Amino acid sequence: MAQAYTPGLTVAESITIRKERRLPLTGQVKVSVGDVVAAEQVVAETALPGNVTTINVAHDLNVNTEEVPRLMLKSEGDSVQTREPIAEHKALWGIFHAVSRSPMAGTVENISPVTGQVLIRGPAVPVELTAYIDGTVVEVLGDEGAVVECQGALVQGIIGIGGEAHGEIMIAVDHPAQPLTADLIVEDCRDKLIVGGAQVTLGALQQAREVRAAGVIVGGIDAAVLDKLLGETLGVAITGDEDVGITLIITEGFGELPMAQRTFDLLTTHTGEQASLNGATQIRAGVIRPEVIIPHPSSAEVPPEPTITELSVGSPVRLIRDPYFGVLGKITALPEELQKIETESLVRVARIRTESGDQLTIPRANIELIQQ
Amino acid sequence: MAVWPTDQTMRANDINFILATDCGSTTTKAILIGRQGDEYRLQVRGEAPTTVEAPFEDVTVGVRNAIAELEELSGRQLLDDDGQLIRPAQNGTGTDVYVSTSSAGGGLQVAVVGLVRRMTAESAQRAALGAGAIVMDALALDDGRRPHERIERLRRLRPDMILISGGVDGGEERRVVEMAEVVAAAKPQPRLGSGFQLPVIYAGNVAARTRIAKTVQDVTALTVVDNLRPTLEQENLAPARAEIQEEFLRHVMSQAPGYSKLMQWVDADIMPTPAAVGDIMQQIAADQGINIVGVDIGGATTDVFSVFEGVFNRTVSANLGMSYSITNVVAATGLNNVLRWVPGDIEAGDLENRIRNKMIRPTTVPQWLEGLKLEQSIAREALRLAFEQHKQLATGLKGVQQERDIADAFQQTRAGEETLVDMMRLDLLVGSGGTLSHAPRRIQAAMMLIDGFAPEGVTRLAVDSIFMMPQLGVLAQVHPEAARQVFVRDCLVPLGTCLAPVGQGRAGGPCVVITFTDTDERYEITAGELRRIELPEDTTRPVTIDPARRYDIGAGRGRAVKTHVQGGAAGLIIDARGRPLELAAEPEQQRLAARQWAQAVELYPEVQ
Repeated sequence: MAQAYTPGLTVAESITIRKERRLPLTGQVKVSVGDVVAAEQVVAETALPGNVTTINVAHDLNVNTEEVPRLMLKSEGDSVQTREPIAEHKALWGIFHAVSRSPMAGTVENISPVTGQVLIRGPAVPVELTAYIDGTVVEVLGDEGAVVECQGALVQGIIGIGGEAHGEIMIAVDHPAQPLTADLIVEDCRDKLIVGGAQVTLGALQQAREVRAAGVIVGGIDAAVLDKLLGETLGVAITGDEDVGITLIITEGFGELPMAQRTFDLLTTHTGEQASLNGATQIRAGVIRPEVIIPHPSSAEVPPEPTITELSVGSPVRLIRDPYFGVLGKITALPEELQKIETESLVRVARIRTESGDQLTIPRANIELIQQ
Repeated sequence: MAVWPTDQTMRANDINFILATDCGSTTTKAILIGRQGDEYRLQVRGEAPTTVEAPFEDVTVGVRNAIAELEELSGRQLLDDDGQLIRPAQNGTGTDVYVSTSSAGGGLQVAVVGLVRRMTAESAQRAALGAGAIVMDALALDDGRRPHERIERLRRLRPDMILISGGVDGGEERRVVEMAEVVAAAKPQPRLGSGFQLPVIYAGNVAARTRIAKTVQDVTALTVVDNLRPTLEQENLAPARAEIQEEFLRHVMSQAPGYSKLMQWVDADIMPTPAAVGDIMQQIAADQGINIVGVDIGGATTDVFSVFEGVFNRTVSANLGMSYSITNVVAATGLNNVLRWVPGDIEAGDLENRIRNKMIRPTTVPQWLEGLKLEQSIAREALRLAFEQHKQLATGLKGVQQERDIADAFQQTRAGEETLVDMMRLDLLVGSGGTLSHAPRRIQAAMMLIDGFAPEGVTRLAVDSIFMMPQLGVLAQVHPEAARQVFVRDCLVPLGTCLAPVGQGRAGGPCVVITFTDTDERYEITAGELRRIELPEDTTRPVTIDPARRYDIGAGRGRAVKTHVQGGAAGLIIDARGRPLELAAEPEQQRLAARQWAQAVELYPEVQ
């Protein structure tokens, strides 16, 4: 392919951000186009069908399945309470008396003469969908949700854990290469988005959870620490549903990797401001990156920033594969012809001058553009 | 939708140019086939990013881009000024036929529902897999879940469709209706689009059809086909498979961005990519009268296909892959099992982080030899695990016509556990996917296949050079001869032949003697040894393979076999490490052995 490189993650100070907020089922949208909404404001709501349980009434009453409808005390659509009789069978002038009771409160949904089973559905589960970001409703998606737009800063991470959260940005380290350790997490971190540096320890994550921080954003994480946090190995990078008590965003990758200076500087600029964050990640088709959004309404028109899509001489890049993982540099040449690398693979390469002045030849697939 | 031939007067002989695309999740691959005299040959191939996702949300944009690359490479104009395909071919422009496969948007995702896990649910699973689907889950009465757990599971899955099976024809109806009640209670929602009901295919006991319809037709779009297990002794998968593919087009494809347009362009139905691969493999197996195992090792999943004695099976190992799922491979097998294949020492300290960084930066490539060795070692384990899963599903009761007597039926469990995969009867092992097709040395691909699959006896090895099998599979629907010719001449790259005696012996003791009978060259191979003999591509030589008395090369222990061996880029590989392949227990010994084997076959540049 002509473009064998990884487009960089977005780190932008001011761009237009749109978030589609869609219910899992159709429901009621509570906002209109033009409404100004707060991150935690409900924009749409619905009721998910309640949990269900099946009762083997034919078995309970010791009768044939086709007899069940005749022996029911309740009809389809009737409400029932926990332990309430739903069917009974009396035989031999009442000497044999069997009762079938509902194990849960709900509604009788189905009485099957074929299987002799009765389906009880619990109360509907209300679902409220918040705006997630402070912004303006720019589109209503029928009876399914809305699109909220804001002007603000956006930091995309490479992988995250946990779902949506909100918190005030708090810088816990002195520089982006400093690891985030437990002693840096204090009581004041409650409800905050804690910004760390090169790595986060398991103790720091546990402490952040303990003080009920909203989230942690940091450059790297050791694979073993993440496994311990999750209680299992993360086999595929599809996340967001984890229930670990905190949202975690990794900006660079696995290992001790300083947060990119630009990312660290941007977050520092917004210290004390409210941010929306989401650890949901999907590194497959339909890629989803974890993110931190810092809305900062501006009356001034901000022209959209051009997205760099082509490698060119002079482009700032980051190397994203060992043995040079994390090294920054600039492209000095883009040879057209394929080159044989140490593995004997023939690949398209770029010549890079690193920040420390080294000249390297790197497969283009192992280069990430840094968006300026 | 156009159905070939678009022009009823067009005959196979009139077809000079064929365009075929495969719309994958990330890349759309296009090939142009042209006729040269009586032969159809691959002309050029091109590719472009798939454009199902935002900002394009139209698959045809990527298709046009891939075709544009073909135009650049071939100098042949295929699209007119409006971006429409020029058809038929004339005066150096256009194509006569256009066909396509698709696995974009995550492919075809199906949930199956049956009665007994190892019987009807397994048959349903085979039907869905054979149709090119990913089976998201198989629900059955004996799956260990309570009814409300099954309902919750179905509700969360959001499949593209559900296949319900269960009960032999005329048998008891109650249980299959019970499972249909589970489906109805879940009120399942389709994955793509919200304006239509989820397709449900019923392929169970015919006597229960009315009750099934009454149970699910209000909340799903139900279609009914013949029972896929009409009797205990018979499996009839074809009608269910055909309906799955029909529903794939009718509901899934029509909801995917841009596919309604693409469906107007093609001259044959768009096929799910794996279904097309399965079709071409079955056709080649039938044409040549051979048994085939094929594997496509991708970034996220590994598909294994097999055709033994004409019976086709396919499995998808959903989370065994070389980039997106690479961490899962290591988690599933254990790091030690990976490291036993790595020749020599490797810096172990940061391995776990390095492997995870490949997962989150899936398009990166190994730059250093050590990285390549590690990835190829992980690939061996991914292949091994995927093949284990395949052997477990490719078991008894296959195909429409396979009859079993009632005595066998009473031994359902035991019979069902016997795999149809017989490595001694395997003739051809085909690998595809970047790790195999783009390995810097062909011997590396050959050794990954040998270590991952442990072929026995005499087995030819090949790789699909550019993963053309999907396009050729769908082409086979409209022009089987062209598909066959391109498959043989351009698609497969012969790696050579593997000779692997079955048995175990003392290391260094006699294992097998190979004699090329055309020249009387003779090679004595000792137990534990791996030997590579040059045998160029397009070469076939007669040999006598004479195993020691503990070993079997196909004719029984100690019995010689006279045959022909085919050459290839990796040559003739004699694997005298024994079968089953047992590796040393101690890591140090494992690495030493791996190093010796690597040196013996010139696997990597540093150990020549």
